[in-house]
Amino acid sequence: MLNNEKKEDQPVLIEGLAKPFSRRKFFGIMGAGTAVMVAAASCKKQDSGTVTNNTGVDLGSGDTGILNYAYALEQLEAAFYTQVIATPYTGISAMESSYLTDIMYHEVAHREFFKAALATKAIQGLEVNFSAIDFTSRDSVLGTAKAFEDLGVSAYNGAGQLITNPDYLTLAGKIVSVEARHAAWIRDMITTGSFGGTDVVDMNGLDVQRKPDDVLTIAGAFLKTKINASNLPTS
Amino acid sequence: MNLQNILSEIENTDPDVYGRLDTRRNAMKGFAKTSGKIALASIPFALGSMFQKAYASPTAPTDLILDTLNFALTLEYLESNFYIKAVASGIIPSGDATTALTTIRDHENEHVNFLSTAITAAGGTPVSFTADQFDFTAGGAFADVFSNYGLLLAVAQTFEDTGVRAYKGQAPNLISNNTYLTAALQIHSVEARHAAHLREMRQAAGFLVPSGVTVKPWITLNQSGIGSTAVQASYDGEENVTQAGVTITNIGGKNISAASASEAFDEPLTKDQVTAIVTPFFK
Repeated sequence: MLNNEKKEDQPVLIEGLAKPFSRRKFFGIMGAGTAVMVAAASCKKQDSGTVTNNTGVDLGSGDTGILNYAYALEQLEAAFYTQVIATPYTGISAMESSYLTDIMYHEVAHREFFKAALATKAIQGLEVNFSAIDFTSRDSVLGTAKAFEDLGVSAYNGAGQLITNPDYLTLAGKIVSVEARHAAWIRDMITTGSFGGTDVVDMNGLDVQRKPDDVLTIAGAFLKTKINASNLPTS
Repeated sequence: MNLQNILSEIENTDPDVYGRLDTRRNAMKGFAKTSGKIALASIPFALGSMFQKAYASPTAPTDLILDTLNFALTLEYLESNFYIKAVASGIIPSGDATTALTTIRDHENEHVNFLSTAITAAGGTPVSFTADQFDFTAGGAFADVFSNYGLLLAVAQTFEDTGVRAYKGQAPNLISNNTYLTAALQIHSVEARHAAHLREMRQAAGFLVPSGVTVKPWITLNQSGIGSTAVQASYDGEENVTQAGVTITNIGGKNISAASASEAFDEPLTKDQVTAIVTPFFK
């Protein structure tokens, strides 16, 4: 089904993509893609929904759903670093403060980009739950940052194959390598030389990839707002 | 050659083989029909093709996918051979620096092996390079690359940042095949981890040009912190602050500088751009 869907989808999308993106076109293309996705949804294999159920904020389907999924994760990261910079941990160094501020701006830029790109298709702002994080503690903050960045890398790596539009794939690629740079630096701040430790890079030299359900199970612990990922593509 | 024995051997390993090959009888019939018409020397190839069809991934890789994987493999050979020589150069400080470059070297070797195996399994022919096919001085531009630690790190940083951009540019070529696309993305982010660490090493070691520039784990505008115009093509375009028609600078009324906007998104390079960058390193 999905292969057919991809084929039907392409001419519509590519027609608009042949020329450089204008902001207006981007939205127009998103709309066209979504319409096809919705039409196809009735016969599409649905996510079994082991972790996410059909309640909560619906990410949507097709490429729009994946972009909203990324938007949700960027909201979480941006909120986290905004708090880190607002209430710096005890003993933060000048370099740590400077680089964590950089990362905050990167994540805010990612969040605002998805919000603007998705426009009327964007999910709402999510409420976070950071009660498990001690923002005064370097260990707690950097440990959480590491978890978020490695999770983000694995999320984008796993979501690439769920995207049908090559331009969105490139956009995801532009972001994931920056998340990997963050992950590497934060890991090095915790343990020097752990930028690509064996817990994240396997014996084939491959980084972690995770499916949306697995990512949202982990991320969900930090979100008050429930997410409904049941309409996301599964292959 | 006893085809019955070969099939029996495979049957022991993979009881499903006849399902894959249709039935044993049809497999034999089909093979006999073909093999009657071809020279004895070609039989292994005919057999190979029969099994390749049976074991091919659900979506058979296209020439574009195989070419893309071979392009990636070429870059991995370049990196792998570079770090093998770098670690053996005797100029890397012992301790953290040697440990880090050894980790990176091992990852690049793993990428070479992984891609070679994947290409073979997909029915393609992996490219192969030996150490003497590389010129890491790039025709003399980096003459003392293995005797000057600062230069060695600068070349390493350039290889990694270029690798990140190369994989990013190639990802759309793999979009029709989930397996290869995901694997390429999994390598892509590891290259970005390497790049970040090498940039930290350069910032700490302090061989930066122009003096006073800060090299962070992420790429600011199109700055390399490297005093050679030979590397600039690897950084040009990274200063981009417009994504999909959306201006990132000060987006949503947030205080996002052009530097932050450029850092927040890495940029792809085309195959031609990457080829032009790495060609001086091949003899």
